[in-house]
Formats: sequence, structure tokens, C-alpha cells
Amino acid sequence: MLRLDQVGKTYPNGVNALERFSASIKPGEIVAVIGGSGCGKSTLLRAIAGLDRASRGTITLDGDVITAPHPKIGIIFQEPRLLPWLSVADNVAFGLDGLSKQERTARVTQALSRVGLADKAGVWPRELSGGQAQRVAIARALVPRPEVLLLDEPFSALDAFTRRDLQDHLLDLWADSRPTLILVTHDVDEAVVLADRIVVMRPRPGRLFEEIPVFLSRPRDRASALFEDLKRRVLTSLDQSLDRAVPDRQDQALTGEAMWW
Amino acid sequence: MTAVEMTLAQAPSIDLPAQPRKRARHLRSLLLGLVLPVGLGAAWELAVHLGWSDGRLVPPPSVIFATLWELARTGELWTHTQATVLRVAAGFAVGVVSGTLVGAIAGYSSLSRRVLDPTLQALRAIPSIAWVPLFILWFGIFEASKVALIAVGVFFPVYLGVMGAILSVDRKIVEVGRAFRLSGPALVRRILLPAVLPSYIVSLRSGLGLGWMFVVAAELLGASEGLGYLLMDGQQLGKPAQIVAAIVAFAVIGKTTDWLIEIAAAPLLRWQDAYGQQAGEA
Ligand SMILES: Nc1ncnc2c1ncn2[C@@H]1O[C@H](COP(=O)(O)OP(=O)(O)OP(=O)(O)O)[C@@H](O)[C@H]1O
Ligand SMILES: [Mg+2]
Repeated sequence: MLRLDQVGKTYPNGVNALERFSASIKPGEIVAVIGGSGCGKSTLLRAIAGLDRASRGTITLDGDVITAPHPKIGIIFQEPRLLPWLSVADNVAFGLDGLSKQERTARVTQALSRVGLADKAGVWPRELSGGQAQRVAIARALVPRPEVLLLDEPFSALDAFTRRDLQDHLLDLWADSRPTLILVTHDVDEAVVLADRIVVMRPRPGRLFEEIPVFLSRPRDRASALFEDLKRRVLTSLDQSLDRAVPDRQDQALTGEAMWW
Repeated sequence: MTAVEMTLAQAPSIDLPAQPRKRARHLRSLLLGLVLPVGLGAAWELAVHLGWSDGRLVPPPSVIFATLWELARTGELWTHTQATVLRVAAGFAVGVVSGTLVGAIAGYSSLSRRVLDPTLQALRAIPSIAWVPLFILWFGIFEASKVALIAVGVFFPVYLGVMGAILSVDRKIVEVGRAFRLSGPALVRRILLPAVLPSYIVSLRSGLGLGWMFVVAAELLGASEGLGYLLMDGQQLGKPAQIVAAIVAFAVIGKTTDWLIEIAAAPLLRWQDAYGQQAGEA
């Protein structure tokens, strides 16, 4: 169980990026965090990852207080961040320590074939496309078998088709070992496809605005009426979180697949 | 994923059919580069041969090669080359070790950078030959002062290269290391070292270039052996062929040592986006 208790973050320059954020996230749950730009989503994720310390409140995973990167928590960034001097296979193996060489190779091979890149094991990262590189980053994060996987806009740099592909793929991988996923996104579609629960945040200071549970069965049909309803609900909540006038239904339909700020 | 594993990493797939073509192009550009020097040499040889010039002050290639051959035959060339190479090697070693250490400290900790860098930048602004009298007073007129001068010349490019490389390491990549809970030394070994390696090699090469420059200065200012002494000797005895022969020897050895660094580094840098290669192909 991941618990956030009254978590707050003030940066050294005085920006109050996050205020009194509390949540409990069950093992295996998929949570999407959505909200306008600068409302503290990345700050929240980095605090859970242990990369930046929260200024106030506590974050605990199964009772362990998180103050530094934790072995059971993995993170995937917006960019693949592969190490250019390691082959794809060595990149995937990067987080595997204390394993025999055999075991390591076996896990890497399996992870790479799981993301459909078995044939790229010996290739340099620069020879990959953006989508392939991000899949390697996913394999690298998954191969140490984290209990919690954090994703900060992992697909936002990809084109719409690749993004969809990788969303489905992520769900597929998630089903293997069912880690907790916390996914920051700007894409309402993505949130509704993936999440069990959507957390809408509001800015200045960043805090929780609304939680929207998603009770759709999987696999989810992006074209179904229920799906559309949920999307509309999230969009309305987002607009309210930004103190915008709620547009009428017609405008919302035009907002399209992805909302970008 | 240690440095060793890094070099052993499977070679990335290379576009095989492109290889012979690339080599042919490489050869052609090499030949093209030879046209001017070989043409000029041949023309001058011909001019002297036809008696248009006596070639006393500017000896033709045949005389230069004869002189080189003579120097090599008597073993003089070997003695002088050895003396010079040993000086450069000693100065380069001292300069590289100190430049790397100080550069790494200044790059790693911003406090020591603020303490060290202003002074070092000020020292760098001094034309290095200006140190010679002081070094002679301190270290005497023999080897130590020469080695010190060369070391100073090598130190600065290496120091600047290492510090700059550490400062420009991508923070995002360092964060990957942190997220995977690398300890300080592991972070240095697995992230910082490979990340700074390319610019480190460049700074080693420019340091070596300066080392060769400074050995000439040191030897011109007083030496009883060394290629720089051959230059001086040639001037005093009015033997231009010997001067040019020494210059040729400098060029060959300088280029060779630079090339040795390049060769040694190549397997470590295979991963790089080969901008140079592409530019060469264009
Ligand atoms: N390292 C930092 N130092 C100072 N202020 C920061 C830092 N990082 C973020 N902030 C500030 O904190 C606030 C929240 O930033 P954060 O990156 O968490 O937003 P976000 O929700 O991820 O935005 P986006 O959707 O644009 O990625 C912003 O006002 C930002 O300017
Ligand atoms: Mg962000």
C-alpha cells in the first residue's frame, strides 16, 4: 500500500508546488494524475520516486518512509533517457544488480521480447525510433520487478498511433505482475483507457481537486458511449479545476482525443 | 556494464554494403589531399634539378630525405627522437594526471571550482614561455625544467576539458543513475566516466598537441639533444636540410602519437553519434 499523507513541497525559490496532498493507493491499482500545467504533477511523482524530498508530510510504501529512491519503486520519464554508451540489452540490464550473469541475460531477453524488441538487443540506443526507445525504457523499468511504477507523461512525445499502441502494450505488461501504476498525463483519453482512478489536480498551489473512479471493464472500448461519458466528466472537472467556464457539450466533443496545455 | 563490458558490447549492426564504398571515398580524399604537397615538392625538385635555383636555403625533397637518411644511419635521429619523446611523455603524463585530478575536483564540487578556477584561469592567461626563466631557476637547466614547461602546456586543455565535460553531463541521465540507487562511486563509474569520455579524449589530443609545441620551445632554449636541438644546430651551422628534416620528424611523430590516442579511444567511443563520420562522407 502506498500512502501519501499531507504531502507538500516548496522549492528553494519559494514556489509552493504541492500542498496537503493525501492519497492511499492499493497494490496493483492504476492511478492517472491529470491537471493543468504547473499544478505539481511532476513534483508529486518525483517525491514518490524519492528523487526530490517532500517539504512536508510523509510518503510510505508498505510502512517504509520514502526519502530516497526505493528498490520497489521504478520510474519512467517523459524521455527514454537511455544511456547512449550501452547497448539496448545493457540498458535494460542497468537496474539489475546482484544477479548471476545467466539470470540477468535471461531476464533482459525476456523483457525485450515482451516489448517486441528482441532483435534490437545488440543495437545502440541512437539507432532506435522514439517509440522503440520508450519501449526499451519501459523494459528497463520493469525488469527489476518494481511494486510501484511511476510514469511522467511517458507517451507525450510520441505520435497518436504509437501512443495508442504503447498504452495497450503497457496494460499488457501490467497484467504480467500487476504493479501499482501512477501515470501523469495530459491526455484525457489515455487516463480513461488506463486508469482505475483519475486524480484531477488544480494549480497554485498544486493540490488534489477531484478523484474520479473509472468503473469500466477491461479491455476498454475507446468508442463506447460510457467511455465518452467518462471523458466528458474528466474534461469538465479539468475545466472547473482551472476555474474556467464549463463549455457546452458541443465544444467538448470538439476538444478531441488529447487535451494539451 | 563496466568499462570492460562496454567495449565488449556487441557491435551494432553496420551497413555492410556501404563499407567498401566508404573506404574508396576515404582513399580518394586522402589522395586528393596529397596532390598539393607532392606537386609542390616535385616542382621544386625539378626547378633545382634544372638549375633555376641552387636550393641552398630551401633544399629540395631529395636533399631532405638524404639528410634524414644520413641522420638515421648514424643513429643520431634515433637519439634525438628518443630524448624528445621521453620529455613529451614525462610532461604529458604529469600534465594529464594533474589536469584530470584538478579538473575532476573543480567539475565535481562547485565550492572548489569557485576557489580554484579564477586562479587557474589567470595562470592560463600567462603565455607559457614566460615561465621558462622561473622554471630554470627552480628546476635547473636540465630535464626537470623542460618537463615542467611541457606539463604546464598539457595541464590547461586537460583541466578545462575535464571540468567542462563534467559540468555538461546531462542532469537527466545522472537522475537515471540516482533512480536506480547507484552509490556515489558507481554513479561516477557507470554514468559520469562514460559520459565525459568523448570530450576527455578531445582534451587529451589537444593537450598532446600543446605538449609537442612546448617541447620545441624548451629544446630551442637550450638542450644538448632532442629534435629541437637538431633545429638549433641546423640554424647555427647553416644546414637548412637538417632543420627541415627535424621538422619532418616532428610532424611524423606528432601525428603518430595523436593517431595512437585516436586508435586507443575508438573502441570506447563506438556508441557515439558519428557526426565526424557523416561529415567525412558528405
Ligand atoms: N526544480 C524546481 N525549482 C523551482 N520550482 C520548480 C521546480 N520544478 C518545478 N517547479 C515549479 O513548481 C510548480 C509545479 O511544477 P511541476 O513540474 O510539478 O508541474 P507539472 O504539473 O508537472 O506541470 P507540467 O504539466 O507542465 O509538466 C511549477 O510552478 C514550477 O514552476
Ligand atoms: Mg510535469
